[in-house]
Formats: sequence, C-alpha cells, structure tokens
Amino acid sequence: MGEIKIDRVIDARGSHCPGPLMELIKAIKQAGVGEVIAVYSSDSGSKTDIPLWVKKAGHELIGVYEREGYTEFVVRKKR
Amino acid sequence: MKHVVIVGGGTGGTIAANVLARKTSKDKVKITLIDKSGKHYYQPAFLYTALGEIKSESSVVRDESQLISKRVRLIIDEAVKIDPADRRVDLAKGGSLNYDYLIIATGARIVPEEVPGYEASYNFYDYQSALKLRRALESFKGGVIAIGVGGIPYKCPPAPGEFSCLLDYYFNRRGIRDKVEIHFLYPLPRPFPERSVAGVMMELMERKNIHFHPMFNIEYIDPKKKIVYSLEGEELKFDLLVMVPPHKGAKVVENSDIKAPGGWITVDKYTLNLPDYDDAYAIGDATDLPISKAGVVAHYEGKVVAERIAAEVAGKEPTSRYDGTVRCFCDAGYRKAITIKFNYETPPKKPKPSFIWYIMKMLVNKTYWSLVLKGWV
Repeated sequence: MGEIKIDRVIDARGSHCPGPLMELIKAIKQAGVGEVIAVYSSDSGSKTDIPLWVKKAGHELIGVYEREGYTEFVVRKKR
Repeated sequence: MKHVVIVGGGTGGTIAANVLARKTSKDKVKITLIDKSGKHYYQPAFLYTALGEIKSESSVVRDESQLISKRVRLIIDEAVKIDPADRRVDLAKGGSLNYDYLIIATGARIVPEEVPGYEASYNFYDYQSALKLRRALESFKGGVIAIGVGGIPYKCPPAPGEFSCLLDYYFNRRGIRDKVEIHFLYPLPRPFPERSVAGVMMELMERKNIHFHPMFNIEYIDPKKKIVYSLEGEELKFDLLVMVPPHKGAKVVENSDIKAPGGWITVDKYTLNLPDYDDAYAIGDATDLPISKAGVVAHYEGKVVAERIAAEVAGKEPTSRYDGTVRCFCDAGYRKAITIKFNYETPPKKPKPSFIWYIMKMLVNKTYWSLVLKGWV
C-alpha cells in the first residue's frame, strides 16, 4: 500500500452482513476528514456493499486487497 | 444448594427462569430473577399498538410476577454492577447477590437522543412511544411519511420494512392512501440485511408504491424545517417521521468488568458462556453475536442456557447448544405474512407472502404469554 498511513483498523472478520459495512459507517462518523480506515471482512457481501456505500457517501475507496481468508478495504473520509 | 441469578426479566430471562424451575429440583437449586421494573412488555405488540390493531393493554404488558414459576424469587431492583470474578451482582437499592450461575439477559436500550433533532420523530420501540405514534397517525390526513433507521444494530431487523408495508394497508383501510406518500429510508443498498429476503421486500414495496431510499443513514433531523438528513449527504422533507432509534447495551454491562465491545457482551456462539467464565452466560439482545436482535433469539437461547445449567447441577455434561436459529413472521399487510428462518450455517430461503404465515404470527401473539414464556415451545 506504499505511503498510505492507516489511522484506524476495524477487524470485522466473522461478522456477517451487514456488520462490516455498519462498522465502517460507525467509524466514518467518528473519524476526521482525511483519516484513513481499513476494514477487514470475511463476508463476501462486503465486496459489493462497501464500495457501493463509499461511492454514494462521497468518500474514497483507496483499495480492496485480498488477504488470507478475508478482504481488506481501505477508505479515506473525504467530507 | 446452587443459586442461579438471572438479570433481566424480558423474554430470554423469563423463559430461562421457567425452564430452570421445571428442570431442576427446588431442594437443589434456588432461582432469583432481578428485574428493574417488574413489568413485562411483549415488544412485537408495539407495532400493532401504533397502528391501532392492538388496543388492550393486557396484550402488551403484564406483571412479571404473574409470568414466572412460583419457585422463582423476583427482586424488583436494578442491577448496577456485575463482578464475574467474585460471582456477585450489586443492586441499586443496596446489597448484592452472590451466585453459582449467572444469566445476563439485560437486553438493549433505545437512545433516540443520540440523533440530533430526534424530538421531531416518532417510534414504536417502547409502549408510550407507540401510543404517541398511534395518536399522530390517527390525526394524519395526508402528506409524506418517512420511515428510517437511526443506527444499527436495532431490534427486529424486519420491523421498519414491516411497518412501512402495514402503513400502506392502514391508510388504504382509512381510504386516504392516495393522499399519503410513504418513504422507506434504509442504511443498506437493499431494504433488508439478508439478500434473499431483500428481494421479496423490494417487490412488496414496489407493489405498494413505497418509495425506497437505499443507503440513507439518518444523521440528524431539522425539527423546524421537518427535514431528515443522511450521513451520505441526502435529505428528505417529511410531514411525519418514524425513526427506529439507535440502540445500546444495558448500563450495567457498561459499568461491569465484562468483555463487551460497544456495550454488547462477547459470548461463545454455541454455549453462550462469557469468555473465561463457565458459570456465566449472556443471552438475547445483550450479546454481540452476529445474528438478529430479536425476541425469538432470546427465546431459544434462554432454553439453551437453562438446559445447560440444569445438566451441570445434575452432574452431567451440558449438551444443549444454540445453533443460531432465528425464525420470525413478518406481516406484509392484507392478512399475508412472510416467514424468515435461518441459522449460523444456513442462510434464509426466499420467502413467499402467505395467509398461513399471517395466522402463525397471530398465534404467536396470542400464545406468547402462556406457551412461549413458560418455555413449552
């Protein structure tokens, strides 16, 4: 991920849909503009839900990374 | 003599008490139930109260003392701290109770005040609020009604969708449906968390001309302008807003040395034990299990923990386990309902609205006070 500094990691592995997305929404509410949040999810539904929500809410999806047994979503709060 | 202390006399705590009373001998087990109000509410009745379909107070609330086995000692007081290391529960009026086994069934509490401007909203998540909403609906002559969610998790995932469908039925019966716009604001991209159910919910909403707003997480409300704003940057002007309030875990959980991220108690998903404490359990809405917060979960879990404790007291290995089963009936209006059933391993199948499930839902409403709370079903 190069130079990206992660400000907060949410480990939502084992949490079923919509847990990971809701955890991200909660974290975005608490974060300051510009902060970067990483969400770990083992729920396959997150692959559609999280990018859809990030786009609609006007934030930046920096990357989606396949890890061993889970997916990592890295999101920057933009507003 | 073993002492079982149950904190919370809701669905799960009451069922656990009654099943324990049946499965253990009074010479070997003493059962104490602590409840802060002594009143037991059948929460699914709140929605029907708001819609004027349930008007009898005895269908909604009864004295807890009438619902538990005579063997169970009821203490009407508030538990303020739980010390699982010392096997002790402290009470608000003073004094404390020591236990051999503990069941925490403290549920969830609603915190509408966490949404700025909440005073402009209505809800059906407690009895008084449901009565207030009923009066508001009765005097509603037309305009925009919005139904939204102020935070997840909340009790009974289908409830806001169910309420939207029933509002369509309600205004049709009053003959003013053409004067009412119903808007459903939901935090997710679909109108229900589970995909298989979301498709049916979407079809129902389209058929009933309910406007669906996906990914609308209520952030705040302007009471003067009557506008609700979303975290995603959208807004909607309303004449009447029904908001599922944000939920939190019980204060006693926050005040205790119990592992409970966000106020929801961590438990083993099968045995329902607290980590490191074989003698302490948590059930129902109080836990952080990744399943619905719903009475049916507390119902099944209450039976599991009672059976586990009864087995241990009898010197047997407890074998009862919770497999994550959730089964509920969701009223779609016009005397039709859907049933949703799943567990940890099996997701729900696509449901189909049917009169049979509606009858089942009404049967549960009728038999809750007798068969369900006694743990017979």
